[in-house]
Amino acid sequence: MDPDLVLLLNGIVSGLLLGGLYAAAASGLAVAFGMLDIVNIAHPALMVTGAFTVVVLGTWLGLDPLLVAVLQAPLFYLLGTGIYSAYHHFFEKRGEEALQGLAFFFGVMFIIEVGLVMVFGPEQHFLDPSYAYTTWRLGEIDLPLRMLVPALFAMACIGALFLFLHRSFVGLAIAAVAQDADALRLMAIDPVRIKRFAFGISIALASMAGGALVVVQPVEPSSGQVFIGRIFAICIMGGMASLPGCVMAALLFGVVENVTATFYGPSWSPAVAFGWLLLVLAFRPQGLFGKAA
Amino acid sequence: MQNITRRDFGRLAMAAAVGGAGVSAGVFPAMAQGANPIRIGFSMSLSGGLAGNGRAALAAQQIWAADVNAKGGLLGRPVQLVFYDDQTNGGQVPGIYTKLLDVDKVDIVTSPYATAMIAPAMPVVMQRQMCFVTILGAGVNTTFKYNRHFNMNVVGDNMKETFAKGFLDIADTLATKPRSIAILAVDNDFAQRAAESARFLARQRNIRVVYDRSYPPSTVDFTPTLRAVQAARPDLIYIASYPPDSNGILRAASELRISAQMFGGGMVGPQLAAFQAQLGPILNNLVNWDIFSIEPTMNYPGVSDFLTKYRAVAAREQTDVLGNYIPPYAYAQMQVVEQAVTRVGKIDQGLMAADMHSQVFDTIIGPVTFAASGEWAHERNLYCQFQGITDGNLERYKSPGAKVILYPPSLKSGTLRTPYGTPA
Repeated sequence: MDPDLVLLLNGIVSGLLLGGLYAAAASGLAVAFGMLDIVNIAHPALMVTGAFTVVVLGTWLGLDPLLVAVLQAPLFYLLGTGIYSAYHHFFEKRGEEALQGLAFFFGVMFIIEVGLVMVFGPEQHFLDPSYAYTTWRLGEIDLPLRMLVPALFAMACIGALFLFLHRSFVGLAIAAVAQDADALRLMAIDPVRIKRFAFGISIALASMAGGALVVVQPVEPSSGQVFIGRIFAICIMGGMASLPGCVMAALLFGVVENVTATFYGPSWSPAVAFGWLLLVLAFRPQGLFGKAA
Repeated sequence: MQNITRRDFGRLAMAAAVGGAGVSAGVFPAMAQGANPIRIGFSMSLSGGLAGNGRAALAAQQIWAADVNAKGGLLGRPVQLVFYDDQTNGGQVPGIYTKLLDVDKVDIVTSPYATAMIAPAMPVVMQRQMCFVTILGAGVNTTFKYNRHFNMNVVGDNMKETFAKGFLDIADTLATKPRSIAILAVDNDFAQRAAESARFLARQRNIRVVYDRSYPPSTVDFTPTLRAVQAARPDLIYIASYPPDSNGILRAASELRISAQMFGGGMVGPQLAAFQAQLGPILNNLVNWDIFSIEPTMNYPGVSDFLTKYRAVAAREQTDVLGNYIPPYAYAQMQVVEQAVTRVGKIDQGLMAADMHSQVFDTIIGPVTFAASGEWAHERNLYCQFQGITDGNLERYKSPGAKVILYPPSLKSGTLRTPYGTPA
């Protein structure tokens, strides 16, 4: 096969796998930021917290990181409901959710990072599953399980969330609260309770993304910082409240990054990927899957 | 339930204060006797991206302070370390040094870890004419040209012509002379200088540069980059990276089964215990820049005792459990201060600087002399190779043989194994 074609195919495949990780990280934010309009800048820090607890529990129990991520998700759901309750009480209820709310989540992010340093130290922590150093080869295409398994895990989680949001009453209520919270009250549904529930799910997804992150790379307290810009860009590019849009945008982001890195050098990757964001917004301001106002 | 009165509260507060003082007295025994301590101030990255090395450096400096105080102090006075967390934020550093000098009124200042944190401290330190011993800076004084600045770093003052020399000198010993090299470096000052050195020296030796790119520190997946390197089919691969990236690069190299006559360069990360534990045999045959290795050729007086003390506290301090990278240099940094103050006989910044310019310092990392620029008079970039690594067991790194020194010839403790990418 032509060497350039091999490079291109591998760039696309590795980009799709990388996009799977981005989708895992961005899907929770799509719920909080896209549906609930909560600018949770601390989402990547919560993902890294999930990664650290996965390392601790996984090492202690001798379990696979992704399994631990699923098992610990209810605890992160409760953490999310607690964070939302504080946010609602101090900011949202007073109509101060815009700037003060953003400052609140900045504060949460810094507290989490410093807290992780104090509890776990600044060193890198890891938990390698048995498949972490295995690579499947399909002809000239490489599929490292370190990237493939978390990507499939992410798709499974997002698929389950999609079904929940579209098939269950609570899921439909979350979609409704994203559109018109006051109208929900007329249906005798407490929008605050629904938002608390949805934010809990968002943080539970952050924990699952943390499990995926541990498989891909070791984690340190500041690991979340490289994801902040990317996952917000993916949410916006995908159309804010759209999970399929979030997945498509994440995959596109990964492919553009990796193909650019392959042929033009990694320095250009972020510029080209964020350039795509600008291009999409120029022609579809509502994002790939967003609905025009 | 008994109510706590204001008087009870006062007693509790007093008890807590005495308890706290007891902890201090344990570290600084002479302080308990009410002596006037020599206060050494510095900022250190105890959180943020550089905290891994910052905390390790601090642990070493605290061991030095305890050692000195156990011997009766410096000039008969106890030593007290006054430090603040700069959070790996250069913007915090000038304020910290201003506070150290104007409010805390420390007697001596030393530096935080590495270039990005040292440079912001320089204007404040220069304004007060303080003698400033820094650690692991890279060419900071090239701009400032401050004659009271001294840097504990093996790179010396001509990084372009010397940093990658060891790597290419080792490559010259290969059975087949290398004809091509790939260079990949992260976008930061240290790595770019390292890449510049590799580029300069490769061209000098007629080695063709077939890949020469930088990457941003925010890169998550290195697979496509390493695949592009592989496609260029270089004989040598020279990487200059920082810890979060080094791991991804080496794992991607393993997944792609990259093989080259020599792979390595100026990667920061493989020197640390966390990397060695996780990557295990992936490190085999990696030829990488370093500053210290537990080889017989570097068994300087005191270093073994120091590492024993360091490893006893490393887990508690949540820092690198082996201490084979920064800690010996952080201890030696304080030894330079100690020996200058002792020879001068008083705290006089000008005389201390003159002493540092003219004298040889016996430290646990060997004898150190400074050039007029404040850098080491003789560069001592090490190039080491990981050999015989079968798993992530860290015990092997506590004795010679796991990371042999190939360069410089005066410290050589093993022979090159090739190619990279072969099992142990």
